[in-house]
Amino acid sequence: MIESLLNLLQQFSHSMMATSRDILPIAATIIGFQLLVIRKPLKNPKKIAIGFFYVLIGIALFLEGLELALFPLGKLMATQLTNPEFMQAGDVLNWKDYSWVYLFAFCIGFSTTLAEPSLLAVAIKAQEISGGAIKSWPLRLAVSCGVAFGIALGAFRIVTGTELYMYIVAGYIIVIIQTAFSPKMIIGLAYDSGGVTTSTVTVPLVTALGLGLASTVPGRNPLLDGFGLIAFASLFPIIAVLAYAWFAEHRFMRKNS
Amino acid sequence: MKLIRIPFFRQLIRSFFDLAPILAVVSIFQLVVIRQPIPDVTSLLAGTLLVVVGLTFFVQGLEQGLFPIGETMAYAFAKKGSLIWLLFFAFALGFATTVAEPALIAVGDEAASVAAEGGMIENSAQSKQRYSLGLRFTVAFSVGLAILIGVLRIIRGWPLQYLIISGYIGIVIMTFFAPPEIVGIAYDSGGVTTSTITVPLVTALGVGLASSIKGRNPMVDGFGLIAFASLTPMIFVMIYGMII
Repeated sequence: MIESLLNLLQQFSHSMMATSRDILPIAATIIGFQLLVIRKPLKNPKKIAIGFFYVLIGIALFLEGLELALFPLGKLMATQLTNPEFMQAGDVLNWKDYSWVYLFAFCIGFSTTLAEPSLLAVAIKAQEISGGAIKSWPLRLAVSCGVAFGIALGAFRIVTGTELYMYIVAGYIIVIIQTAFSPKMIIGLAYDSGGVTTSTVTVPLVTALGLGLASTVPGRNPLLDGFGLIAFASLFPIIAVLAYAWFAEHRFMRKNS
Repeated sequence: MKLIRIPFFRQLIRSFFDLAPILAVVSIFQLVVIRQPIPDVTSLLAGTLLVVVGLTFFVQGLEQGLFPIGETMAYAFAKKGSLIWLLFFAFALGFATTVAEPALIAVGDEAASVAAEGGMIENSAQSKQRYSLGLRFTVAFSVGLAILIGVLRIIRGWPLQYLIISGYIGIVIMTFFAPPEIVGIAYDSGGVTTSTITVPLVTALGVGLASSIKGRNPMVDGFGLIAFASLTPMIFVMIYGMII
């Protein structure tokens, strides 16, 4: 008991160090500009320093917890589900035999995005400055649906071996058409939501899924076909948020007329 | 302490509900689909607790540290009125937050293996390391440039969609000229550059700038910096792949 606790403490200090290293260049940039260029004292330096410290602890605990609980299990499941023995579909597998994989991809994409801290940050900010016109929860729900669909489609792409760029180009065309019909207010937020979905929680699990698929599906090269899931996870949330905004606006207009 | 106590617990509960779907997905798939017991229930519970507490601290620090500093600096720069320094800061922030990003380091190493296997570079540890480092600096430079362009856009009030859509068109055209091995990595690199610390900071900077400059609307003009930061790496990684 004591030994495992010590072990945990050691691991935690390790991830504290790693997070501090990530924060260091950012802190150096901010402090450097603050002292040399802006040259005005901060209003509440102590409070901000404590805030940074909270972020540091928060991310370290978060990563430690994921490493302890979810990543091993999630990665194990990704390899188990993509194992041909599990599918028991005979000698020749076609893309329909992977339905559990698509469902898993969908669910894991949805649930990890909902817990993604960067998305939470952007959603809080959006709710704050829109004066509540954009609510944090539906926005995060829309983004999560986008990622879920994107990752499921990305898994389908790896299984079928179709070219990545065709999907991406088609996605871009949809985004361009949607942009023309979307309220101006939402466009920046929608584009941003593509970039925030894939960080701490989603990337490791999704990468494991991609590599698992690409190394077990016959004829795929893990080095070449394992990529692309992240790209799907950054493209489809844009489509989802623009679609959500379109529906919200239409419902609002109907109610008012 | 008294002040944070109650919101802290409220946030703790909220964080738990944010995490609950992952737990549900993992347990249901493990028990129902794969039909195996969960290997280590104690670790799962302990880990979940850590994640929930971590997320709560993160949100607390966000409101107290990252958002205020981003906004304060945006106001200070806007008041100072020195465009050059602001752009320099934007570039430095983008570059500094990206160059040490662990996800990017992982992608860079993987890309080097792909390049070595595809015969684009010599298959030795030294040349792979050089390739990976070059890629990292390329991406960090492109993110710096992205934040710079994004900040300039907020100040000038250029419409976001035309810039982003031109970027998309650029990516599509380049896809046909870049070596096929690099395309997947390039597309993915757009997603991995924006870390958990960068996103709130950059968002606060954009929103702060848009609210302190006359004639700009924080909702219309404040967002979009992250979008640039996920777009330019794709372009620059493909250029990198074409040159080397």
